[in-house]
Amino acid sequence: MNLDELSVLSLWSAMAIYALAFIAFALDLAKRSAEVSAYADEQAAQASGAGSRVDGEQVASAGSAATTTTSRVSSTATIERVDEDASDVTPKRSATLRIGVALTIIGFLLHATADVTRGISAQRVPWANMYEFAMTGTLLIVMVFLMVIVKVDLRFLGTFVMGLVLILLGVSGVNFYVAVVPLPPALQSAWLIIHVFVASLGTAFFGLGFALSAIQLFQHRRELAGKDLKLLKLKFLATLPSSERLENLAYRVNIVGFIFWTFTLMAGSIWAERAWGRYWGWDTKEVWTFIIWVIYAGYIHARATRGWRGSRSAWLAIIGFAAVMFNFTIVNIFFKGLHAYSGL
Amino acid sequence: MSRPSDYVDSGSAKRQPADDDNNSIEQPKLGFVGWIRFAWRQLTSMRTALFLLLMLAIAAVPGSLVPQRSSDPNGVTQYFRDNPSLAPVLDNMQFFDVYGSAWFSAIYLLLFISLIGCVIPRTKHHFQAMRARPPRTPARLNRLDSYTEQTVEGADAASAISSARTLLKKSGYRVEMYEGGGSLSVSAERGYLRETGNLVFHSALVGILLAIGVGGGFGYAGQRVVVEGQTFVNTLLDYNSFNPGRFFNPDTLSPYALTVDDFAVEYEKQNLDAYGQAIDYTAKVTTRSPGQEPEKQTIKVNEPLRYDNTDVYLLGNGYAPKITVRDPQGKAVFTDSVPFLPQDANLTSIGVVKVPDGLSDQLGMIGFFYPTAVKNASGAYTSTYPDLVYPLLTLNVYKGDLGINEGAPKSVYELVTDGMTQLTGGKTDVDSIELQPGQTADLPNGMGTVTFENSSPQQAAGNFDNTVPRFVSLDVHHDPSQGFVLLFAILVMLGLLTSLFVPRRRVWVKAVEKEDGSVTLQYAGLARGEDPGLRQAVDAIAYRHGTILGVPRDLRGTVKK
Repeated sequence: MNLDELSVLSLWSAMAIYALAFIAFALDLAKRSAEVSAYADEQAAQASGAGSRVDGEQVASAGSAATTTTSRVSSTATIERVDEDASDVTPKRSATLRIGVALTIIGFLLHATADVTRGISAQRVPWANMYEFAMTGTLLIVMVFLMVIVKVDLRFLGTFVMGLVLILLGVSGVNFYVAVVPLPPALQSAWLIIHVFVASLGTAFFGLGFALSAIQLFQHRRELAGKDLKLLKLKFLATLPSSERLENLAYRVNIVGFIFWTFTLMAGSIWAERAWGRYWGWDTKEVWTFIIWVIYAGYIHARATRGWRGSRSAWLAIIGFAAVMFNFTIVNIFFKGLHAYSGL
Repeated sequence: MSRPSDYVDSGSAKRQPADDDNNSIEQPKLGFVGWIRFAWRQLTSMRTALFLLLMLAIAAVPGSLVPQRSSDPNGVTQYFRDNPSLAPVLDNMQFFDVYGSAWFSAIYLLLFISLIGCVIPRTKHHFQAMRARPPRTPARLNRLDSYTEQTVEGADAASAISSARTLLKKSGYRVEMYEGGGSLSVSAERGYLRETGNLVFHSALVGILLAIGVGGGFGYAGQRVVVEGQTFVNTLLDYNSFNPGRFFNPDTLSPYALTVDDFAVEYEKQNLDAYGQAIDYTAKVTTRSPGQEPEKQTIKVNEPLRYDNTDVYLLGNGYAPKITVRDPQGKAVFTDSVPFLPQDANLTSIGVVKVPDGLSDQLGMIGFFYPTAVKNASGAYTSTYPDLVYPLLTLNVYKGDLGINEGAPKSVYELVTDGMTQLTGGKTDVDSIELQPGQTADLPNGMGTVTFENSSPQQAAGNFDNTVPRFVSLDVHHDPSQGFVLLFAILVMLGLLTSLFVPRRRVWVKAVEKEDGSVTLQYAGLARGEDPGLRQAVDAIAYRHGTILGVPRDLRGTVKK
């Protein structure tokens, strides 16, 4: 078995593990929904005054529980800040969720092995054609996800992240696979390492931002629908942060993506000048990179424009990521241009 | 007005209803100046900027769907051929020149006017803000989201505030002391760099546009095909095609000559998945400028030659068989290396030879060149490898009117055969002339002979290395704006980083002395723009301030009771 075969094997193993992680994350969402139902039933029972509160501590506690206690000295009263952004229902500690994260980490290690062995077998960075770009790009999506959940509990995004990565890897593994071939002269440049890597990093952040914005929209609809948990369709939403908190998180992730995207655009221009004799020529891929940049610039403006915060700006982030995916798939395969390196 | 009226200042500000539901309010009539002001406010509002940005994104899309004259002129010609009814309609709407079209220009120019109209007053405001004192401490700090407080015993307000002032100053805040309402306070503000970065970012975008619009006009781009051993002289006449900028002056062309000494291509031979793929192109050239020693230089695909204010790029290559045509007496009437245009990855190439004078009729030949010729089942030749393993040249000969007598320029890569008679190949029942390097054949009707010259005659029989010269296609560019664009791009990046990641915030510390001798210290902060770390920052300041004042804590930082 040569290195590339090992790489392919690791990649498919990683996908199998990711699929299990996806199931675990999905089960966790289902459990959250069940908890919300139970909580709603209990609330109803309490309101009717019939049942007594059984196991009250174990059942999730209502929002506004998350508080920050400020420093107290001697006799001063404790000041409690009400966290308006907290979820309505605090989910219980979930073993399924932890299994999902553990599986994601195992899958990530296999995925990283696939990526590194592909690079060693090709004796260059493993992102010189569509197959390799998809492999590295999805690796970065998972990496960014694992890094972010250390700081902020976004584990509820696991279903989305695993789903997206599985689809991208599946399509790439089946349709985009190409054998290792040497780089054509136009790609023999240090800018390949920088430009393409930063582009995939930007894509990873945009992907996460997309997920947060999409959930924000669902959450916003739920909040408009009122507080009655019994009428809720996607019950697990009640265990997620408020739409405003989701919006702020999405923004923070998307601006990091925007910085990387800006850098991709500039590094690409510098490289294009060396390889093609001009730094900007409205090549189809350049056009779409520009379009994506402008959409996200619009998104950042929308966040600072009255009447455009909230759902409208979330839609822009979603359109932006749709454009990123369009740029990666449709433009690469069907549009004529100088970025003809899909290897297909 | 420093900011557009619909600008949301604070990241944590609660959503406000859109302000377009106030139609019921009786409004005064606007005069002429009022209307101008109104229009200007509309143009420079955030909503208009946002609208124009989205319009710009949408307007850029057609340029990727339809071939553009600037980047793909042959594609446009093809599009006209394939869609004869649709193409003229699209052309009328400038769809083949999207990025220079009236509508695309209108959008980005309006966007930039809106941007400038926004940036100038903001710059003015920012200058004033940077010289102003941090604002007066609000009366009721506990109304702010980030409010926190602590009580210390055995301290006085004055010293507590003075130590808070020192602490804030050390943390990069600008501070101002205030007194009033029975309390002493310090007001502090930091993160002016955020607004500076924002203004730099937007100004640098204007800079890029100006650099491209003005600086680009002084440049030029020229293309020249040079066969190995030939010399190109940097004058207008010597270019195959030349695109000057608007303000270009031909006298500014740097006078130099460039000889292509050798062009080497390396092919992949180990990896069977990529057998025959080109993995390296290297052109060895010699440059000569007046009054200077000749210099040996190298041009590669990712390594253009920067010489005498020009950039020389290696963008194409192919074979240029050297062909000689002699009249029946043996006198050479044509001899030249003719660039053949590659048609596929194995460099099957097509070229045209035109012999206007010296023979009984004008003579034209359409040639096919195969670096490694193989006859397939149908009897046609194809090339199976791009290097010279078994080179073969086939020629279809035409006689008659070449159509160049009127002096009108004609493409050297195309033979118009309308006024000509085909003598070999095709339906003539006469086989095409087939030649290998060094071979000579008779032209039909005793018109003379044609020779495919061997450039390395000393080569052993069967070894065809270097027997056919190659040509390179060089692009010569001069773009004085390039450096400026790069400079502004770096400023864009720096401005973006600071404007998105430097938090702009105000922090207040107020000391209230109590009757029992203790002092209550109140802390609060206010975000200006996105600031997810405000609460932690205020808490950290309170904590550090408490440490300085000797608030007792255990090792884990919890306050002792």
